[in-house]
Amino acid sequence: MNLFTNYVEIASMVLFGIGFTTLLLHRNMIKKIIGFSMMDSAMFLFLAAKGYITGRTAPIVENGVQEMTAYINPIPAGLVLTGIVVSVSVTAVMLALTVRLYRRYHSLDIDKITELCRKEDEEA
Amino acid sequence: MIHQLWQSIPFACILLPLVSAAVCSVLKPAAARRFCLSIITVVTGLSVYLTAQFALGAESYTYMMGHYSAPWGNEIRAGMLEAVTALFFSVVMALSMLGGLKKIGEHIEEHQRSLYCVVLLLMTSALMAQVFTNDIFTSYVFLEIMTLGACAMIVSRKRGRTLLAATRYMIMNLIGSGLFLLGIILLYDLTGHLLMENLQTSVAAIHASGEYALPLTVVIALMTIGLGIKSALFPFHTWVSDAYSFTTPTSSAVISSLVCKGYIFLLLKIYYRVFGLDVVLSTGIFDILLVFGVVGMIMGSLSAIRQNDIRRMIAFSSVAQIGYIYMGIGLGTAEGMMAAMFHVFSHALCKAMLFLSAGGLADASGNSKKFRDLRGAGFRAPVAGVAFTIGALSMVGFPFLGGFSSKLNFALAGMSAGGTPSLLVIVALTISTALNTLYFLRTVVTLYRKPAEDVSYPAEKGRRGFCFGLSLVIFSVLNIAMGLFSQPIINAITAGLATFS
Repeated sequence: MNLFTNYVEIASMVLFGIGFTTLLLHRNMIKKIIGFSMMDSAMFLFLAAKGYITGRTAPIVENGVQEMTAYINPIPAGLVLTGIVVSVSVTAVMLALTVRLYRRYHSLDIDKITELCRKEDEEA
Repeated sequence: MIHQLWQSIPFACILLPLVSAAVCSVLKPAAARRFCLSIITVVTGLSVYLTAQFALGAESYTYMMGHYSAPWGNEIRAGMLEAVTALFFSVVMALSMLGGLKKIGEHIEEHQRSLYCVVLLLMTSALMAQVFTNDIFTSYVFLEIMTLGACAMIVSRKRGRTLLAATRYMIMNLIGSGLFLLGIILLYDLTGHLLMENLQTSVAAIHASGEYALPLTVVIALMTIGLGIKSALFPFHTWVSDAYSFTTPTSSAVISSLVCKGYIFLLLKIYYRVFGLDVVLSTGIFDILLVFGVVGMIMGSLSAIRQNDIRRMIAFSSVAQIGYIYMGIGLGTAEGMMAAMFHVFSHALCKAMLFLSAGGLADASGNSKKFRDLRGAGFRAPVAGVAFTIGALSMVGFPFLGGFSSKLNFALAGMSAGGTPSLLVIVALTISTALNTLYFLRTVVTLYRKPAEDVSYPAEKGRRGFCFGLSLVIFSVLNIAMGLFSQPIINAITAGLATFS
């Protein structure tokens, strides 16, 4: 049964789904950001799982072993690192936006903020 | 492989703005502005030279980054299409910045003005990377830089609405890039490659073997939807109106004309260079794009008609125009792609001009963007009025302007496609053109009507300035040139697309 051999992939797709729906549908900004982090982490898990080959070690030459067969594929690890950098900077920007929204409207609820925003516009 | 010096131009186009962005952050606002503008001009000059090289018969080439050859190293590819696109993007970038300088001074606080230049330079670099890169993961990284840059541009004007708009923009765009990244990961998983040439070889092999047909379709769909969301394709366009209408005009111009177009160019590149048109055709994605594009053309125009605010109207018209582009792609034929690419250029020139001139018109009407207050604005701000009229006519498809040539291209592409798509395209073009005429000409008429008698306009603070006028004049000339001399551009795009696989 594929479900049990590929359990990491299954888990990452479930996590991706949870993160995706939270980012898209949740009204609370902080939870949206958590959803985004989950979504990205799920993708990194998937990628890392795909680069792993059972029984091999990280591609760092140790004790002079240079055969390719001793090591896992290093490229997915590199991609995950790059992805983490991107993800962290995006999270930081999102949190900064949320802080500014909160200072202005004293709310984290995006629907409520939209309403307050409209009111502010009408008054101006 | 030994490269000639001119072949390093694409690399210079990416690296120069990237390094200058870092330098820009420590300069004083006035110096940063001059520095930023001159760097973008240099990039424009370099892309002119590159285009000239290809026009004189140079072959497209791949450029090895560092000393690792494919499939290990990172690559850049340049050809006719990339060169022309880079040229258009850098010209629009320079003119948008030039035209919005005064507004940037009004809308952005003094200590942040040099940071705005940093963002503009980063955006230029990311756009150039998007155009030239031959590596799909590199394109993802620069795509995120573009997203963050666009967010910073929206929020650069400090108001409640821009904050909210930027937040909404980020949410939709993060979903888009998430899906795109998932597509890349699955594709890497299927093929084990990231460079476009190697990807194409293995995708062709997978497709021929008939294995993994479903995963391949999922990958194409994920990338299409991801980039569709990011470039404001119709059902995913909810972030557009707020993002374009509250921020400083340069930001609106750059995001609508360049950022969205950068994503579309990337999508085309992926279709051509990663999957190959045949594979994409066999999945039926093009039919869906065609329908989305056609619906977007009509719904975007219908929403634009309902607006009573000039900036929001232009924003919704963008949705309609993006619909045109996706309709061209959705035809799935060489003519359709050519028409889509041509429209990318003509719309980029036109929309940036509309946003900038709308800013000038609003200035002359007591800073109001409402049609009620804009009556007679064409007389109060003559240059902006004329530029807006030219832009509006081009959007409508008036002969001798860029918009006419692109509509003609779409119609021809539609005719040659045959069958139901042909009918759909022609009918949609007709309806959409009629709707465009309705709201754009109504606006132009409003601009030249006598103002209501009970309204008085406060005197403007200072002059709109030489830079604003100069940028609008150049934009107008380019729009007219685009209509009068469309054939060389069409030839360039066709030649570029032919070597694009």
